Amino acid sequence: MTGTMMLVRLALRRDRLLLPAWMLVIVGAVAGTAAAIAELYPDMGQRLALGLTIGSTPALQAITGPVYDPASVGGLTAWRTTTITAVLTALMSLLLVTRHTRAEEESGRAELVGACAVGRYAFPAAALTVAGGTNLLVALLLTASLAGQGLPVQGALAFGLAIAGTGWIFAGIAAITAQLTEHARTANGLAVSVLGLAFLLRAGGDAAGVDALSWASPLGWAQRVRAFAGEQWWVPGLAALTGLALVTVAATLAGRRDHGAGAFPPRRGPADAPPYLSSPLGLAWRLHRGGVLGWATGFAVMGALFGSLALSAGQILRDNPQLAAILDRMGGENTLIDTFLATVLGMMGLVAGGFAIQAVLRLQVEEAALRAEHVLSSVVPRLRWASAHLLAALVGATAILTAGGLAVGLAHGIRTGEPGEMVRPAVAAWVQLPAVWVTAGLAMLLYGLLPRLTALAWTALVAFALLGQLGEVLQLPEGIQGLSPYAHLPQAPGGELDAGPLIWLTALALVLAGAGVAAFRHRDLIGV
Amino acid sequence: MQGSPAILISGLTKTFGAVRALDGLDLTVRTGEVHGFLGPNGAGKSTTLRILLGLLRADSGHAELLGGHPWHDSVELHRRLAYVPGDVVLWPTISGGEAIDLLGRLRGGLDRQRKQDLLERFALDPTKKGRAYSKGNRQKVALIAALASDVELLLLDEPTAGLDPLMEAVFRACIAEESGSGRTVLLSSHILSEVEALCDRVSIIRAGRVVESGTLAQLRHLTRTTVTAELDHVPENLPGVHHLAVDGSRIAFEVEPDRLREILPLLTAAGVRTLTCRPATLEELFLRHYQVSP
Repeated sequence: MTGTMMLVRLALRRDRLLLPAWMLVIVGAVAGTAAAIAELYPDMGQRLALGLTIGSTPALQAITGPVYDPASVGGLTAWRTTTITAVLTALMSLLLVTRHTRAEEESGRAELVGACAVGRYAFPAAALTVAGGTNLLVALLLTASLAGQGLPVQGALAFGLAIAGTGWIFAGIAAITAQLTEHARTANGLAVSVLGLAFLLRAGGDAAGVDALSWASPLGWAQRVRAFAGEQWWVPGLAALTGLALVTVAATLAGRRDHGAGAFPPRRGPADAPPYLSSPLGLAWRLHRGGVLGWATGFAVMGALFGSLALSAGQILRDNPQLAAILDRMGGENTLIDTFLATVLGMMGLVAGGFAIQAVLRLQVEEAALRAEHVLSSVVPRLRWASAHLLAALVGATAILTAGGLAVGLAHGIRTGEPGEMVRPAVAAWVQLPAVWVTAGLAMLLYGLLPRLTALAWTALVAFALLGQLGEVLQLPEGIQGLSPYAHLPQAPGGELDAGPLIWLTALALVLAGAGVAAFRHRDLIGV
Repeated sequence: MQGSPAILISGLTKTFGAVRALDGLDLTVRTGEVHGFLGPNGAGKSTTLRILLGLLRADSGHAELLGGHPWHDSVELHRRLAYVPGDVVLWPTISGGEAIDLLGRLRGGLDRQRKQDLLERFALDPTKKGRAYSKGNRQKVALIAALASDVELLLLDEPTAGLDPLMEAVFRACIAEESGSGRTVLLSSHILSEVEALCDRVSIIRAGRVVESGTLAQLRHLTRTTVTAELDHVPENLPGVHHLAVDGSRIAFEVEPDRLREILPLLTAAGVRTLTCRPATLEELFLRHYQVSP
């Protein structure tokens, strides 16, 4: 552990802009929501009416979780922001831990530092110290900003700790995944998969009313702290203990392996390349295929789960005659099912945007690692190299969304017993594609124009997610909500299928990507 | 095109922000020669090579490669050359053998038999994944891919920095063969013995400018010869000598090669018993340009 404090300072120096930016987004989103709810729903009657709407929309609960106290501003704020904030905090924590552990080892920097008077466990210890501290700071900032708006201090603190607890758990999960694989990318991928699974369990549990499922997920715990609604203080304690337990497992794994090694021994490869590996497109396929396959599997699992829940989401209100009456006026059970499906597919579209960004930014990874030089010093024009990865991103995103849509359709169709129900969600998944392509085009533009600032693509995606999640509750002007390409997609299934936005979004995606490729052709390579 | 230079650079400049990496660089590499490109770290060797490859765009100056423009004609030119970067990074999940095939095919074709020969000569296991190779082995992958390609020009950026002495000998033999079959080689290096052994002509770069260029003999000509002698008596006047050191009857000094013919009669007259004349080594040439002042 010698040298841990030095490494903590090093990590803080490296992340001096990144971590404040994460905290700003997380705390800002919560503070903004709380202020907006207080302003838009000033009296209890309005708030209870909102609570009733939430209660009658299982699709919404799949995304946000249940509302425990619709009567208070704090209760509504906690309902609306817990899941999205917990997911963001978990992402911040797991990326942070991987960045300062496995990524350092993979790059060889850890070897340089490790040969100094630095202990074997100093890297993970420093990363976890920074992660733990950052999450604590997030909790305190959340408490201060909510209490500062006049909400009960107890509830504000419970909310802060609920969020930080999720961060602690995912810091621990990343500490473990960083031990398992030799690559930071894979380590992040594994940890994000755990996060995805946690989200699915909670979403499924909350939408179908199966509490045990929600309890199986750390994201479910964050809600079950019940901030502003009879706080259960032992839940954040449980999260902190779980985080510690995960860290202990990680430490045991770390003690058993060599520096730079993973849990699995390296495998050998063929001595000669297969015929397809002879063009930029072949290379792009080779580099992206594992990712596409992994994401498609994830989407299929997610789709199957939500698809099988759609019918229950439609029936859940039968028990409540008052809600059922409201529902009948809105169009009956089918409307509810369609809304649920559209919400699920919209979520998939957003996640597919994440796939598209990382696939496009593979260009930058290749360039920064100097591997692009091999290809670009051969008989390959820049246009072809960039287009190969761009194509992999666009086609890959299409493939994973198709897998997700098919799985939703299959599961939903089997439960309803109507073959027609199988096709609708699969087709509706494609409606998301133009927005996903715009996201990919934006990443391409950034890569071509501002290769050192490609992280802005992720910022944009987080902004799209926040606009979609909070835009309506906060009653943001349409001009601002419309900044997200996802805001322009027609509702599908169940809505009027207007081809207009789909066409101009696709055109916009092509323009953005084209401009990005053109800019890339005229600039110096970076990382040299 | 025979007789025209393979590489012709004049007045090339390139700045990165406030750093001036190239400052009016001139360089000529004749077709068919092995040209040593010498300079310490950060002198601008890699920047020059990357401009020649069209990876970077020069700010000003003229650069011509195989009769074409490095930026505008890059793809056509790349068909005729192979490049080995100083820092070879491979794809972690792609095996060395696959990477060799891939790079060769991307250049427009690879001699399979030659790949096998080179794998044996360099003693490389092609079935390891990219991440499992050491620095030297990664370099071998790039070298084999370059040497097995049928190209006119090899651009090598410190290609032996990670190789062991045995493999360096293999590398020298390969380059000698390439040169024998008429290929042009630009070898950037700071390993002087390697350059001395392989290169027909040498350019020395310092702070983004070529400060010396020519055959080794020409460069030596510009540098003082070191003379040590044992004499019966030390002459009172030795015109044009530098760093004269007298130790009893032994003297040592440096003298410009042109003036050696004036000095030798004086030494003879002084009753020379032993005499050694040593031309400057490349190392001395190199140090002369890089030492602040002797």
